[in-house]
Amino acid sequence: MTLALALEQLLNGLQLGVMLFLMAAGLTLIFGVMGLINLAHGSLYMVGAFACATVAAWTGSFWIGLIASLAAAAAAGAVVELAVIRRLYDRDHLDQVLATFALILMFSEGTRWLFGSFPLYLDIPPLLQGAVALPGGTEYPVYRLAIILAGAIVAFGLYLLISRTRLGMRIRAGESDREMIGALGVDIRTLYTVVFALGAALAGLAGAMVGALQSVQVGMGEPVLILAFVVIVIGGIGSIKGALLGALLVGVTDTMGRFLLPKILALFVAPAQAGMIGGAAASMLIYIVMAVILAVKPRGLFPAAHA
Amino acid sequence: MKKMLAAATLALSVSTTGMAFAEPLKIGMITTLSGGGAGLGIDTRDGFMLAIKNAGNKDITVVTEDDAQKPELAVQIADKMIQSDKVDILTGIVWSNLLMAVAPSAVAQGKFYVSTNAAPAALAGANCNKLYFNAAYQNDNLHEAMGEYANKGYKKMFILAPNYPAGKDSLTGFKRYYKGQLAAEVYTQVGQTDYAAEIAQMRASGADGIFTFLPGGMGIAFMKQFAQSGVKIPVMGPGFSFSQDVLPAIGDAAVGAKASGQWAPDFDNAASKKFLADFQKEYNRLPSIYAVQAYDAAQLILSAASKASVKNADAFGAELKKADIQSPRGKFKFNTNQHPIQDIYLTEVVKQNGVITNKTVEKIFADHGDAYAKDCKI
Repeated sequence: MTLALALEQLLNGLQLGVMLFLMAAGLTLIFGVMGLINLAHGSLYMVGAFACATVAAWTGSFWIGLIASLAAAAAAGAVVELAVIRRLYDRDHLDQVLATFALILMFSEGTRWLFGSFPLYLDIPPLLQGAVALPGGTEYPVYRLAIILAGAIVAFGLYLLISRTRLGMRIRAGESDREMIGALGVDIRTLYTVVFALGAALAGLAGAMVGALQSVQVGMGEPVLILAFVVIVIGGIGSIKGALLGALLVGVTDTMGRFLLPKILALFVAPAQAGMIGGAAASMLIYIVMAVILAVKPRGLFPAAHA
Repeated sequence: MKKMLAAATLALSVSTTGMAFAEPLKIGMITTLSGGGAGLGIDTRDGFMLAIKNAGNKDITVVTEDDAQKPELAVQIADKMIQSDKVDILTGIVWSNLLMAVAPSAVAQGKFYVSTNAAPAALAGANCNKLYFNAAYQNDNLHEAMGEYANKGYKKMFILAPNYPAGKDSLTGFKRYYKGQLAAEVYTQVGQTDYAAEIAQMRASGADGIFTFLPGGMGIAFMKQFAQSGVKIPVMGPGFSFSQDVLPAIGDAAVGAKASGQWAPDFDNAASKKFLADFQKEYNRLPSIYAVQAYDAAQLILSAASKASVKNADAFGAELKKADIQSPRGKFKFNTNQHPIQDIYLTEVVKQNGVITNKTVEKIFADHGDAYAKDCKI
């Protein structure tokens, strides 16, 4: 194994982590502020990808598609919050899970009805095509670097939003004591809708960026959703900082596991067996990491302040 | 979970074919109509229904349900179809892990299973069954063909497949014929959409060729990411990796890729031209190999049903085995283990008038059977 390969895999892990962060940030924000488990978050990711693919096909511009994905996912999030989610805040988590699971089915079948079952075409914009040379003599896709950069910008933006703005103050207040900020005259219903739409927009952005890299198809959000839940459980539910660290940890662990485990096993067994067993073990690795972290810190790495 | 029941009673065209057996025949189609693999299932259903519609036989009904690519759901649907819908024949499953959950128990209950795609090694050898037919291939076949092709000019191959029965059959099939060196043999997760870690290994491997078996959305994701990676090693695969259901979504990144297949849209025979024209007229898109395989499965059932009663399993099975059909693939007959003997071709992804599709290059295998038939005692 060379240094160049290790560097490339580390970047791959970072990129996966950043993408998971965009999903997990919205999920953890919604849970932290409103106490809501939103399984339909993956559907908003899918909405973002489909909006981007459709608008990019119409206009020929990925960038307009990207803006459309933010708008469409935020709008879908706001509508869902007003129509369904609003009625779930006072219910227990089982009701929330059932209702948001129903939303997944509706989003999936609705999307299939509108766009059909065949994957859509969405390509990387010309500006970000190709690969650049990295120190160590390897090359790396420009687009993946751009995703890492975009994720870093979003993380910094969220930090500013939450620590420096009035909206952020209200979000933090909502996390610590929901009844109290309502009693102090803050329009809590609007705040909830805004937070939900913000989380949805982040998921939509992730969907659009990843859609250009993978395939834009019905059901694309669910595998990512599962990882995003792992991330927020590791990071501590309700904590943005925890989501960021959890996402990077899961991204790097998953990538390195897929890469290293078969290699390590190949020292002991035949290559075909090593590939098969290593591949299977790598897919369990992040769950093992989660179990270990929860055994040591039952509430995650950065538990949110409130109970 | 959602249940989709589309009972299709087909009396659309008036057929004048003399049917010796005007006996009702009920076919249960279990296939993937939702989720990431839906494109494959929809082509399966549409290809199958095209042949049924063309035949216009009022005595044949098809019940279709969606398995969502989940083995446990496929088993439930199969039980329901056998017990309450009382189907005579099951068909349609795309994925080998689902087929392994359904077909052995269906044939044990005395039902025919005619596979439109999945063909795991486990059902082709010692565990073959009189009631189990495969109209597509044996899983290893297209991969064997690529192994044979790779012998010409590739010294060190990087091979990759998802970790499930067909993925293992794939790499086993490739290695059965490939004589060169292997740079690496990698198994990925089923449904994986990010291949950055694997592409990095390809870059560092020193391989001069890459063989991937990644059907459906997995192949779309891989090819797009590979095209961006700056790695310049040629990619090849079985026809599934570059079939018509995924090519439009991959786009230009697929052009030039070599694959193996038993059929491509440019086949020059009357049955293929008719199939292509009918399919495009009916569904307004190009068919994939899944559609051809399902079309032939339906043709096989129709041909047997016109000569024997499905209630007489021996007679019906014997008629199925004659394979008295005009396949778009050209030559088609059954081996002793009731899997096809057919020609396998090398194809290349090309862009013709703005449409990305497959073009035939040359024949790799003539009258190719499979390695397991010798263990089958029926």
